[in-house]
Amino acid sequence: MKKDLVIIGGGPAGLAAAVAAYDSGIRDILILERDTSLGGILQQCIHNGFGLHRFGEELTGPEYAARYEQQVQERGIESLCGTMVLSVSPDKTVTAMNKQMGIFTLEATAVVLAMGCRERPRGALNIPGTRPAGIFTAGTAQRFVNMEGYMPGKEVVILGSGDIGLIMARRMTLEGAKVKAVCELMPYSGGLNRNIVQCLRDFDIPLYLSHTVSRIHGKERVTGVSIAKVDERLQVIPETETYIPCDTLLLSCGLLPENELTKSAGIPLDGITGGATVNQNRETALEGVFACGNVLHVHDLVDFVSEEAALAGNAAAAYIKGNAPAKEIALAVKPAGKVRYTVPQRIDSAKEEVTLFFRVGSVADNALLTVKCGDKVLLTKKKRRMTPGEMESVRLSPALLSEANGDLTVCVE
Amino acid sequence: MKTTELTCIVCPMGCTLTVTRNEEGEILSVEGNTCPRGVPYAKNELLHPVRTLTTTVKTANGKLLPVKTDKPIPKESLFAAMEKVNRVVAPEGVKIGDVLLADLFGANLVATADLR
Ligand SMILES: Cc1cc2nc3c(=O)[nH]c(=O)nc-3n(C[C@H](O)[C@H](O)[C@H](O)COP(=O)(O)OP(=O)(O)OC[C@H]3O[C@@H](n4cnc5c(N)ncnc54)[C@H](O)[C@@H]3O)c2cc1C
Ligand code: SF4
Repeated sequence: MKKDLVIIGGGPAGLAAAVAAYDSGIRDILILERDTSLGGILQQCIHNGFGLHRFGEELTGPEYAARYEQQVQERGIESLCGTMVLSVSPDKTVTAMNKQMGIFTLEATAVVLAMGCRERPRGALNIPGTRPAGIFTAGTAQRFVNMEGYMPGKEVVILGSGDIGLIMARRMTLEGAKVKAVCELMPYSGGLNRNIVQCLRDFDIPLYLSHTVSRIHGKERVTGVSIAKVDERLQVIPETETYIPCDTLLLSCGLLPENELTKSAGIPLDGITGGATVNQNRETALEGVFACGNVLHVHDLVDFVSEEAALAGNAAAAYIKGNAPAKEIALAVKPAGKVRYTVPQRIDSAKEEVTLFFRVGSVADNALLTVKCGDKVLLTKKKRRMTPGEMESVRLSPALLSEANGDLTVCVE
Repeated sequence: MKTTELTCIVCPMGCTLTVTRNEEGEILSVEGNTCPRGVPYAKNELLHPVRTLTTTVKTANGKLLPVKTDKPIPKESLFAAMEKVNRVVAPEGVKIGDVLLADLFGANLVATADLR
């Protein structure tokens, strides 16, 4: 079967890309989603705080997803749920599988990758001790509590202060559990400030920075954990170890973009983001294949996911219609100083404004951002504080881009 | 004069607000807010903090339905509100935005998804 546009993943990124492509004139679109319904991870994020940028009001995850699902439905865009994509080939043949159709292939003119991310599992963290029941990733616990109505435990310790962990600290407290501690390895939290206030401080849940879980206790079920301070090299300081009895340990230690399919298509990935390298329209190194949302880089705010997905959807539409903008320049964008990565990683047209997204690797107080081309400073910007937990952005105007005659560096000091 | 630092939680920007009050506790100024919503937040937070409650209710078909209060409620009422919410069972056919419980500490409890 031939398709103009195949979208892999029916989360907010996939839905927004589909809507944008439709509104740019593409009709032959198919969304493939492995879950039983559209909406992606937002279905389990029942708390509010979504959509302030995009809709100007504060929505919960399911409400935000419902807005996009409605837009997809109104346009009559086709989707297949319960359908797992198995591979994408370099010639854009998408192989997928579901109960009704078995294994089938689609020859796509353009593909949007929107598979989202998953949580770093415990295997990726080396905590000594036993492997009893009662250890969950925060996202799994979120699904249990919010969708399946099952409480993972009564007395909880959380390792990692990412937003999902903070949100779950509040959620489990409201449902009657006692959250005894949140431990964060780094000297700063990985989550948004507002979540520290409304999820931890509101309920007097202690946050221990520069602390980790040094040992897990229990045979069948977790009976407690030892926590300890770490030094500057993030090594446990044994004298500081203390024991906390608990029956549950939640891990909130970061997200990993889910890029097995991207790799199957031979698309090069960025070693830092874990996602594909892309241009300003979110086109990967393989022409006609675009990526957006958490599969590209981990976003804190779904609003930015939707924005990015619209860029990708519009660009896919232009590609299908054969009027993609000419690639008249080739600027690589390089991180420097405290900047860990940028998205996009390359810019190949100076016709329109480009918003560069980036994250710093450590806290920068009185941060000075500079965008340079060689030794020439194109732009500087000051900000009181930048933290690794929050994605930053800077806009590059066409005028600024046309001044650049070589690679750009983005630096925070 | 007394100054207090607060983190605005109205939106994910999380601006640091500096609130200056006189000896009587009257608010003289709020600084650090990127947008106007920070000012009423700071005033509320010092005088009478409120929060929106998001949780789930049981339903007729055994699944869970996500819900929220349509307005923030007093922070100290969150647990009392949870007790009431946990007794609600949403009937079949509930749609997003339907009121499931009226006058919950000054707000309505509404569904945030269709019951499917
Ligand atoms: C557990 C968890 C909790 C989160 N909580 C918050 C939060 O509270 N607030 C916030 O702003 N952000 C949160 N995020 C970030 C959130 O994921 C993003 O804001 C947003 O949902 C990303 O959208 P997406 O479409 O890129 O990814 P997703 O929402 O993850 O959607 C990706 C979709 O692709 C599908 N998919 C993947 N692989 C395949 C395949 N091979 N075949 C078919 N379908 C496939 C998945 O089933 C999924 O539905 C959370 C993320 C996680 C993992
Ligand atoms: S002051 Fe405005 S921009 Fe800043 S956190 Fe509050 S609502 Fe957001």
